[in-house]
Amino acid sequence: MTAERIARIEHALHQALVPELINVIDDSARHIGHAGARDGRGHFKVLVVAEAFRGQAPLARHRQVYAALADLMQTDIHALNIKALTPDEWHAAAV
Amino acid sequence: MDIMKHIKQQIESNPIILYMKGTPEFPQCGFSSQTAQALLTTGAQFAYVNVLEHPDIRQNLPHYADWPTFPQLYVNGELVGGCDIVLDMYQNGELQQLIDGAAQSQA
Repeated sequence: MTAERIARIEHALHQALVPELINVIDDSARHIGHAGARDGRGHFKVLVVAEAFRGQAPLARHRQVYAALADLMQTDIHALNIKALTPDEWHAAAV
Repeated sequence: MDIMKHIKQQIESNPIILYMKGTPEFPQCGFSSQTAQALLTTGAQFAYVNVLEHPDIRQNLPHYADWPTFPQLYVNGELVGGCDIVLDMYQNGELQQLIDGAAQSQA
């Protein structure tokens, strides 16, 4: 279930944002028992590195990620921890 | 009143308003808790709405500013963001600046 969900999330992000790098982590285990976890949707952490974010404020970047995942927000995702960087920012942070 | 009008009025009449799950004292979600904590460190007074007690707001607020999740922080009528954005701004000092500015325009 986790692997399939992660694959669906990665696929949707690839389609929408043509990212250089994606990393999706299922963080649901940390939220078991939490009210939001009861409907079966999960908590995920996503890192997306994409040119599409260049020149955009964090709000706009997160909106793009949410838009890419809009359908999955209804079925698979309850909460999302988002890190959205341009390739330049990612390389600067990784050094 | 129409729920979208009600939300608009709430956001426009409160310079700093946090829509969250639970309350700052008894948050019921980790993301809401962290966001409220960051906001409390600014020392400013802020309004909050517990969306768990207002299902109509919980259902409709995501359409108001095209933002699907909670918490949501609004300052001077504008969506600032959710937990990740508010925490980043807390860490780089921008949150304090923004809140100080909002508190000043209120005075």
